[in-house]
Amino acid sequence: METAPNWEIVIGLEAHVQLDTRSKIFSGAATRYGAAPNSQACGVDIALPGVLPVLNRKAVECAIRFGLAVDARIAPVSVFARKNYFYPDLPKGYQISQYEAPVVVGGTVAIVVAEAEKSIRLVRAHLEEDAGKSVHEDLDALLPDRGSHALSGIDLNRAGTPLLEIVSEPDLASAAEAVAYAKALHSLVRWIGICDGNMQEGSFRVDANVSVRRAGTTTLGTRCEIKNLNSFRFLERAIRCEAARQIAIIEEGGHIVQETRLFDPGQDETRAMRSKEDAHDYRYFPDPDLLPLTIADDWIAAVARALPELPHAMQGRFQSDYGLSAYDAKVLTSSPDIARYFESTVAACGEPAASFAKPCANWIMGELSARLNRADSEAGEGFEVFPIRPAQLSRLVQRIQDGTLSSKLAKMVFDALWSGEADDVDLLIEQRGLRQVQGSDALAPLVDQVIAANAKSVAEYRAGKDKALNALVGQVMKATQGKADPQQVGALLRQRLEGD
Amino acid sequence: MPTDANASTTKRLERRDVTHVARLARLALSDAEADKALDELNAIFEMIAVMAAVDTSDVLPMSHAIEMSARLRDDVVTEPDQRDAHMALAPATAAGLYLVPRIIE
Repeated sequence: METAPNWEIVIGLEAHVQLDTRSKIFSGAATRYGAAPNSQACGVDIALPGVLPVLNRKAVECAIRFGLAVDARIAPVSVFARKNYFYPDLPKGYQISQYEAPVVVGGTVAIVVAEAEKSIRLVRAHLEEDAGKSVHEDLDALLPDRGSHALSGIDLNRAGTPLLEIVSEPDLASAAEAVAYAKALHSLVRWIGICDGNMQEGSFRVDANVSVRRAGTTTLGTRCEIKNLNSFRFLERAIRCEAARQIAIIEEGGHIVQETRLFDPGQDETRAMRSKEDAHDYRYFPDPDLLPLTIADDWIAAVARALPELPHAMQGRFQSDYGLSAYDAKVLTSSPDIARYFESTVAACGEPAASFAKPCANWIMGELSARLNRADSEAGEGFEVFPIRPAQLSRLVQRIQDGTLSSKLAKMVFDALWSGEADDVDLLIEQRGLRQVQGSDALAPLVDQVIAANAKSVAEYRAGKDKALNALVGQVMKATQGKADPQQVGALLRQRLEGD
Repeated sequence: MPTDANASTTKRLERRDVTHVARLARLALSDAEADKALDELNAIFEMIAVMAAVDTSDVLPMSHAIEMSARLRDDVVTEPDQRDAHMALAPATAAGLYLVPRIIE
């Protein structure tokens, strides 16, 4: 396990990021998810003889965006190569990828684990095409009378979908670090708009290269590659059990065989993939069908100008402009949606922004996020379909700040907005009489009544029992039907009782 | 297998290199064919050794015979659904899928 004291785990990740293009990387077929099988696979994708690939400009632009976002070098010339292997979902018998000359070289991604920041180095990021999909499960139902147990179905809709494969250095030292890195990467590619990040649909998949070595040694152990991890939870579990497997083998005097493995979540174990026996002999060579890709400086400059503010920079700005804590700024920049929601809300509150920022942050990170989680929405998707608009939340915050609403009344207004019972904050306050009772003029008569009617509590308070005041505050609150600010009531009571 | 074209000594393939590459390429070679391929490939490697003797330290590596850059296309869907026409070429199909011998993972 990760906690085995005499062992170190060394992990490098390869992330396959499906680029958000309309058409394929080398053909004009559509990439839309969920289409009828093989309806989006053209002659190039199914490898009819005589067809030629033509590179999609948008896919290259996505790679440049990523390279800029991780401070990498964008190669002025990069080369597409053929990665040769036979598999039924790969009609050409090779995958077009990049090998010796990738489009993005180097770069770093910052992660935070146990409150410490660590910089993870990238080796490279290269463009490649995805393969098709094999269908095993549903075939028996589809083909009840054709001996389907001996067959697999092939859907080539995904063949040719553009991928950016992002390869990290083996800088990750635990399953937790690997997950933090994968999450940071997942968040970044969505942030810069190159990938929808949908892991269920396979838009973001991770392979983990895992090896172990005795603590204090520096030579890398033999690694195994665990393929196709499509959730952060599986990534974490797969690394933990693979490391445990390797440690057990070495401690029993055995050796690790370099191989490709699959994670079986049901058994909580990894096992060797038989179909990938020859996986390390791909016989790459430059694809003669594709000329070298050249990227001029002015293209890079144009992409850089269109790049959104990056999360790290935005976090710094939230701290300096709005006076938020590092923690608040980090949470509010965890996705473009939440950041946009926060900024729209604060902007709608008016000036000075800094005075509204903290209450807005509290509502968004507190009540709002909690409800989004409860609504079981997909990570990050919630704010787009969120039932309360920034303009409504900002009005709510304004009415708290100007004293119209107590926190309890604000919660009632929030509930009404969330459920859709109400749309306009001010109208709701008027209609339901939710205006906070405030000011000594309005509260003084009530305070006097309560003092007169609760002689026992008054005596206790005067005898030094501070807690007796709470009972009196409660009585006043009850008299206002909860529409007063308990702190103000407490202050008034104290004034009256001590002034006598 | 020898792939380093800059190696100064001539590498020679062995019989097992030929059978390995043939297996990766899904080629069924008879013993006689494998022997012939071995001789021919070794002749090619001898020629590579001659070329490798030339000093190319100040020459940029070339990845394509034509000195041009890749043309790029706009991200536009141009291909209609031609599934029925494509499927007519396949030996076995069902439910919109191409059928192949069972893949065991």
